[in-house]
Amino acid sequence: MDKYMSTIRRIFAYIGRYRWGVVLSLFLAAVTVATTLYAPILVGNAVDLIIAPGNVDFEGLTEILLRMAAVICVTAVSQWLMNHINNLITYRVVKDIRTKAFRHLENLPLKYVDSHPSGDIISRIIADIDQFSEGLLMGFTQLFTGVITILGTLGFMFAINAVIALVVVCVTPVSLLVASYIARKTFTMFQKQSETRGELTSLIDEMLGSQKVVQAFGHQDEAQETFEEINERLRGYSLKAIFFSSITNPATRFVNGLVYASVGIVGAFAAVRGFLSVGQLSVFLSYANQYTKPFNEISGVVTELQNALASASRVFDLIDEKPLVPEPENAVALSQAEGRVEMDQVYFSYDPKTPLIENFNLNVKPGQRIAIVGPTGCGKSTVINLLMRFYDVDSGAVSVDGRDIRRITRKSLRDNYGMVLQETWLKSGTIRENIAYGRPDATEEEIIQAAKDAHAHSFIRRMPEGYDTVISEDGGNLSQGQKQLLCIARVMLCLPPMLILDEATSSIDTRTEIRIQKAFAKMMEGRTSFIVAHRLSTIREADVILVMRDGHIVEQGDHETLLAKGGFYAQLYNSQFAVS
Amino acid sequence: MRKLLKYLSAYKLESVLGPLFKMLEASFELFVPLVMAQIIDTGIKNGDTSHILRMGAVLVLLGVVGLTCSLTAQYFSAKAAVGFSTALRNDLFRHINSLSYSEIDTVGTATLITRMTSDINQVQSGVNLVLRLFLRSPFIVFGAMVMAFTVNVRAAMVFVVAIPLLSIVVFGILIISMPLYKKVQRQLDRVLLTTRENLLGARVVRAFNRQQDEIKKFDEENSLLVRFQVFVGKVSALMNPVTYVIVNGATIVLVWTGAWQVESGVITQGEVVALVNYMSQILVELVKLANLIITISKSLACANRISAVFEVQGSIAEKNHGTIVTEAERASEGQRIPRVRFKQLVFAYAGSKEPSLSGIDFAAGKGQTIGIIGGTGSGKSTLVNLIPRFYDATEGAVLIDGTDVREYPLRQLRDKIGVVPQRALLFKGTLRDNMRWGKKDASDEEIYEALDIAQARDFVDSREQGLDMMIEQGGRNLSGGQRQRLTIARALVRRPEILILDDSASALDFATDAALRKAIRAATGDMTVFLVSQRASTIRNADQILVLDDGKLAGLGTHDTLLDTCEVYREICLSQLSEKEARRNG
Repeated sequence: MDKYMSTIRRIFAYIGRYRWGVVLSLFLAAVTVATTLYAPILVGNAVDLIIAPGNVDFEGLTEILLRMAAVICVTAVSQWLMNHINNLITYRVVKDIRTKAFRHLENLPLKYVDSHPSGDIISRIIADIDQFSEGLLMGFTQLFTGVITILGTLGFMFAINAVIALVVVCVTPVSLLVASYIARKTFTMFQKQSETRGELTSLIDEMLGSQKVVQAFGHQDEAQETFEEINERLRGYSLKAIFFSSITNPATRFVNGLVYASVGIVGAFAAVRGFLSVGQLSVFLSYANQYTKPFNEISGVVTELQNALASASRVFDLIDEKPLVPEPENAVALSQAEGRVEMDQVYFSYDPKTPLIENFNLNVKPGQRIAIVGPTGCGKSTVINLLMRFYDVDSGAVSVDGRDIRRITRKSLRDNYGMVLQETWLKSGTIRENIAYGRPDATEEEIIQAAKDAHAHSFIRRMPEGYDTVISEDGGNLSQGQKQLLCIARVMLCLPPMLILDEATSSIDTRTEIRIQKAFAKMMEGRTSFIVAHRLSTIREADVILVMRDGHIVEQGDHETLLAKGGFYAQLYNSQFAVS
Repeated sequence: MRKLLKYLSAYKLESVLGPLFKMLEASFELFVPLVMAQIIDTGIKNGDTSHILRMGAVLVLLGVVGLTCSLTAQYFSAKAAVGFSTALRNDLFRHINSLSYSEIDTVGTATLITRMTSDINQVQSGVNLVLRLFLRSPFIVFGAMVMAFTVNVRAAMVFVVAIPLLSIVVFGILIISMPLYKKVQRQLDRVLLTTRENLLGARVVRAFNRQQDEIKKFDEENSLLVRFQVFVGKVSALMNPVTYVIVNGATIVLVWTGAWQVESGVITQGEVVALVNYMSQILVELVKLANLIITISKSLACANRISAVFEVQGSIAEKNHGTIVTEAERASEGQRIPRVRFKQLVFAYAGSKEPSLSGIDFAAGKGQTIGIIGGTGSGKSTLVNLIPRFYDATEGAVLIDGTDVREYPLRQLRDKIGVVPQRALLFKGTLRDNMRWGKKDASDEEIYEALDIAQARDFVDSREQGLDMMIEQGGRNLSGGQRQRLTIARALVRRPEILILDDSASALDFATDAALRKAIRAATGDMTVFLVSQRASTIRNADQILVLDDGKLAGLGTHDTLLDTCEVYREICLSQLSEKEARRNG
């Protein structure tokens, strides 16, 4: 409940920026409702002037109808303005929240991004905020006007005739009761329906997602059988859920009909006794018609608002995530680093319960090559995370040129590293933009030179639009090798003093692979390089080999030393030739 | 959509009765204003209280009858709609399962899943709504006009003008705003794309210090979204005020005309009230109709997408059913027919001009191990996928036991073959269930035997539940290496004549990989094994090695011969091994 309230309070804080808009919107809502309710009264008055042949007051009628025309115009204009203002407020508020969430995202530790499925974060920023905006808009347009309409109608009705007004007030809640009774009854049906639907979806997901395996093993018939069984159950639940929920409308309509009939009867009796004119009766009839509508709408709005609140609180959770540790005020900007890297008694783990890197020491001289080896999934990227300061060490220190990297600005530290990862991420945009990603102000010549150095120029030239070819999301129209070459070109353009490279394991054809090797070799000249290595040639040429296993660094040294040691490295190396 | 209508034909009665009862309900609703007019003109004018009560009772009765009709209608339409979607879903699932690899590649798994789930749901609610409302709203609109005519022809002329005017406004705004909403949706997709991109590339964005620019870009996309939203909001916000003006304008005219008619004694005061009531009924129904049309157009789009899937035909057709006798079984004693033979094979994927494989010609005997090596896109997987006839050759043929694979019934063909695909996929259920995919009636001993060979016995034994161990969808609760070993075991359970390992040991460390190959060789007798790999060390001991380069056979032979004669093979080996290592005898 506390969270509920605090979420609401925060939403109000966002809306607060547009408080004049809200005030105006409320004022317009009141005007709209008042004039909307006034129109039937005018019609009623008009009807009262049309009694029988020879008993029609045309003069009075003209006046009333003219007034009505004016009222209609006021209603229309204020209604449109109100809607427009509500749209403006809602979409702006949503934009503010979305921007804030995104800004925050760029400022969150990578730990958050790594440990949350991207689908989840995306759905918070897109779907949840969307849901919230719908709820907010409905809240504005329907809740306000709904409540004001109910109050206004009540006021007008009691002003005309208290007895009939009482009849309306007593009978209408029945429609609400009926609606909520049905909603309660259907809830379980819907729950069953969505459970079964979920079951079916996960079967579909599984069978279609691995359809090739299903076919290879001739499993189609069994799959069909299971599918039809669940589908049949779904049919039963769906029928009930749909039928029972579709009772709501006719049932409330029926209650409305009852209200209408009661007003008609009681009103007619009142008219006979002379308490009420025929025109006033027609006013009541039209009120009876529209009085129940806001009630039904409001119950819908309430669910919508609850959803919106839940969504908003998920978004706020994201915004509340603790951002990066701010940089100390005296953080220095590292200019061109020499490339001396030390790790001193480093302890690090992603999860405090499972220690990962313990008391790790490493001393890299400028220009050295460090190969990181180990079986797949052994945590080679952890070292990269620490070097680039994507994660902070738990204790100990990583330093560059003798300076603790926590006392260097993040920007300047990262400017000194060039990174080519195996997951070749490219932006949607042109090839030129992608190569210039690290230096948007690079000239055309520099970009082409970088592409040539990365052996990417020739394939880029062969693309339909050359450097202006637009890469679709995540480089869909490029081969894996081409993507890797572009990532290399991207680093080539900046050529920082230290490098972090991840050799591709597979998925690249031999020719491209040789090109990539050449490009890597050119880049590494005279630069301190950390290489996640898969090729024996790279490993053998390295100055230091870090051997990793299950997240731990188990051995370090050069090829000969490690082989002589006869440990895990030797085992890894020899196992390749173990088959007789 | 028309093609999908056949699924409704089993519910003809329901599909007719639903709308029919709905119309009945609507017509009862249309009588209400007339009854009210009666109350005013007869009851109130003459002070006849019993008439008022009688008419009041009629009102209540109309309500009850209306409710009954409408409940009946709701039931029939729900039944028809749900029955429709159930049958459709079953058929679509069956159809999708009949597609072959080639069609799955073209359409895409994600698309198929969406068609099966949200699209069918959308169509179901569309059918339901159409049955319930599509006739009702127009019926009330025109019914109200007809009723107006019965009251007074001159007054009814107001309806004749107002209804088309209202329709133009309601549907006009609908038509204008629908593409605008699509534009909003597209822009929202762009915002989503930017978000996604930044999550996936978080490391690169930070490594290049581009956070501020990314935020700026997001701001631009986001602002554009708001601009579109506000614009479309402005247009659709016109709907209510404009229709309000028309209806009430019409009411003014109606009252004015009515006044003259009453003055000349043609109609009564109560009838004027009835006319005004009819006018307000029309507005409500038109707005409902507009919303309905939005839903229908969405459903139609979904229905078309579903039809499109039905139109995709599986390209692998069975020529023979039952069981056929292979050439090898027919052959005389002493005649040696290779287990698998590729004859001058050319293969191109659907829609691509360049063949992915060409000039492939080789034979694999019983008990042989065939290694296949080459870069990505060189056609390794494609080649082995032709053996179980996941794709058909464009030219040339694949023969198994001397018989063209296209002559085999699919089941007989695929029962001969055990496939271990690149992606190690397991299914929700127990380990035993998963193993029985290979052979439906496999005994526990057979399963354990396969697990032994696949080097998976140790880890299965280390779990308490053994073969009853639950596996989550896709095998998420297992490591990559464990999954790979289990998928290998699954293929071995059926004791296939041909085993295909499509780069299936990539997640295993070198030692396990080696032990696995040794066990397979030792246990499988005259099984023909196809080993696809990127690792030279994996295939170097094969009886024959196929070296693929850009879809062509660049070399065929043993490791030692190829090392001397095949440039591509040398290049691959030397990128992974040193000269000395490559030369060392295996």
